[in-house]
Amino acid sequence: MHFAFTDQQIEFRDAVRQVLAKECTTDDLRAAFAAPAVRTARWATLAELGVVGLSVPEAHGGLGLGLLDLVLLLEEAGRVALPEPLTATTALAAPLLAGLEDSDPGRAGQVASWLEQIATGAIGAAVGPLPGSSAPTTGAIGADLMVLTAPGPDGRPEIHVVKGDAVAVAAVASLDPTRRLGVVTWEPTVGTRVASGPTAGSAILATANRAAVATAAELLGLAEAMIAMAAGYAKERQQFGKPIGAFQAVKHLLAGAQVKLEFARPVVYGAAWSIDYVTPHSSRSASVAKAYASDAAVEAARVALQVHGAIGYTWECDLHLFMKRAWALAEAWGSAGDHRHLVLASLVGPT
Amino acid sequence: MVAGNLAVCQISRDTREPMDLTMDTPMDLRYTDAQEAFREEARSWLSARAPAPRSLPSLDTAEGFEAHRAWERTMFDDRWSVVSWPEEYGGRGVGILEWLIFEEEYWRAQAPLRVSQNGVFLLAPTLFEFGTDGQKARFLAPMASGAEIWCQGWSEPDAGSDLAGIRSRARRADNDDGWVLTGQKTWASRGAFAEWCFGLFRTDPEAERHRGLTYFLVEMGSPGVTVRPIPQIDGETGFAEIFFEEVFVPDSQVLGGVDRGWNVAMATAGSERGLSLRSPARYCEAAGRLVALYAERMVSDPERALRTADAVAQAWMDAEAYRLNTLWTATRVLDGGSVGPEASANKIHWSETDLAIHRAALALLGPEAELHGGGADAPWLDGYLFALAGPIYAGTNEIQRNVVAERMLGLPRG
Repeated sequence: MHFAFTDQQIEFRDAVRQVLAKECTTDDLRAAFAAPAVRTARWATLAELGVVGLSVPEAHGGLGLGLLDLVLLLEEAGRVALPEPLTATTALAAPLLAGLEDSDPGRAGQVASWLEQIATGAIGAAVGPLPGSSAPTTGAIGADLMVLTAPGPDGRPEIHVVKGDAVAVAAVASLDPTRRLGVVTWEPTVGTRVASGPTAGSAILATANRAAVATAAELLGLAEAMIAMAAGYAKERQQFGKPIGAFQAVKHLLAGAQVKLEFARPVVYGAAWSIDYVTPHSSRSASVAKAYASDAAVEAARVALQVHGAIGYTWECDLHLFMKRAWALAEAWGSAGDHRHLVLASLVGPT
Repeated sequence: MVAGNLAVCQISRDTREPMDLTMDTPMDLRYTDAQEAFREEARSWLSARAPAPRSLPSLDTAEGFEAHRAWERTMFDDRWSVVSWPEEYGGRGVGILEWLIFEEEYWRAQAPLRVSQNGVFLLAPTLFEFGTDGQKARFLAPMASGAEIWCQGWSEPDAGSDLAGIRSRARRADNDDGWVLTGQKTWASRGAFAEWCFGLFRTDPEAERHRGLTYFLVEMGSPGVTVRPIPQIDGETGFAEIFFEEVFVPDSQVLGGVDRGWNVAMATAGSERGLSLRSPARYCEAAGRLVALYAERMVSDPERALRTADAVAQAWMDAEAYRLNTLWTATRVLDGGSVGPEASANKIHWSETDLAIHRAALALLGPEAELHGGGADAPWLDGYLFALAGPIYAGTNEIQRNVVAERMLGLPRG
């Protein structure tokens, strides 16, 4: 039992934090809101640092690391509301492709090429919704590579990989334009299929679990950023002759949000560990993580807005850039309520 | 509260498990084979020796108090009452992770509530940190065996959350060989039956609030001590008011130095809120029973069960989050770190978790929830009454939120 990150993992986190503090300011974020894109200079920088290719096998130019190594970096991505598709590309697409490499030798060369392009930052991926979901695809607009599912001849889902320029994407407006939502119209063929049958089934389950935990990690960072903004504002803003943060009514709002965040964090880290080490309850751990982090981030947004007062309700104040991402991610890959339902189902078994 | 002090948890620093962990040990949430063997040993002992669940009379009755004391003695005789203490005081010298494992097994067995809890979990960490060798030799073993049960003498009629407002005072004895205590303490859990009391008294009436307090160990049988039991919300005498009229206490019963009581007390407060008082096992066990109750009601009353499902899931997750947070904190302590204001976040979380678990159970029970004293589900109502005290004792949750806001988020003091 040793529930802590290694020094190396912490150092990597700190390095990425430093870079993102410079490369992803709120001015940058506003620019991304105006003109969302995938392969930005920032994406190239993250690729150079090894972040984008973190879960690409070393043989294909990546670091060959796991979700446990990525989770702290996703938290940093959340802290600055990084607009590029790190979760889809690095937490979902790369491990999925790496896992399929051996299952279809005929396609190994193609898969290897995609993985290499991910590692160099040449492409950014989008991952479609889980089978049965009617949600649009996150990051569809501008994606170079899309991982999608479609029902096979037996009705069971298959996994397909298509290039962004080979599909039609109808934009769907999001509160947060950097989400680049779109409905993808495409024709599944034998040529686009990368997995079917049980292989596809287990890859989809694994992707759902990774998506829940990766998104939860981003939500931790978003929650921390919003609480920090609000605490900073509460120290500056004076009313009745003192900083509003001196009033217990304000303190208790922020303390409540902070406690939720404190307790969400180990839950997310523990879920990342349970996925990397394939424990029997990794799906349940992923669900607890997503439910906890979603609630923590929504609460942080609610409290941060309240503490800011009217200024927080303006376009000028940076808070909305973070709140909008938090609201979107809180519902993405299963809401808190969806995941509580899954947790209870896993505890009582099929009824 | 005081950074670093909570690190002792229930254990003294020198009983931590050997540090063969380098800082670059990869994360691993599994227990070692040795830890699993320890679990097995605890489990088999408890299954052989622990009384059947809820078979002892309430510990807030004279009869129940003695029955619980006898159970403490049984545990002590086989070195299970204070596993993390050094062997010389009756423990096994195991680390914090083993203590957490023991707690899991203890709650899994639904063994009796610990009548010695105030001493073992609150005073003992303070004694290990501040006590003289003589005090440790005198007090620890009888505390661990249940021969001497302790109550806490902190709150006063006018000093609750504002603990520094204490008025009970101590003046130097005429022979200069000790102190003479006068005043009133209240809301002392186990105070009606305890043999000893640890408490704060004002030794320097001129000093400012937090200064001039001293931590005393007082025998309840001393001349001048009067105890008035106070029935609690459940009708039993869980509380007592304690009156001190010219009570002589020798110098050997001052803990941690004259006028240093606030710092000494804050070490105990940290234990109360932090890792040692409420192990996650307590909540994980209750959450497990809650899920079992839900599964049973899915058969007998599925509509009500479905309406409660979300609350049941949340309560279970709250217990699970507490378990993981405790392991996270324990690892930090074992790696040489400390627990600061996180102890306050911890206290808020466990007290609210306890409420969430019991509230969800009562919602599942519906009209049966009000039935008290009869039936297999009666413990849920008792447990709810107990849980309601959680946000009040050990420093109200409002005080804890102030600590979180000021010390974790840097907000100004009010």
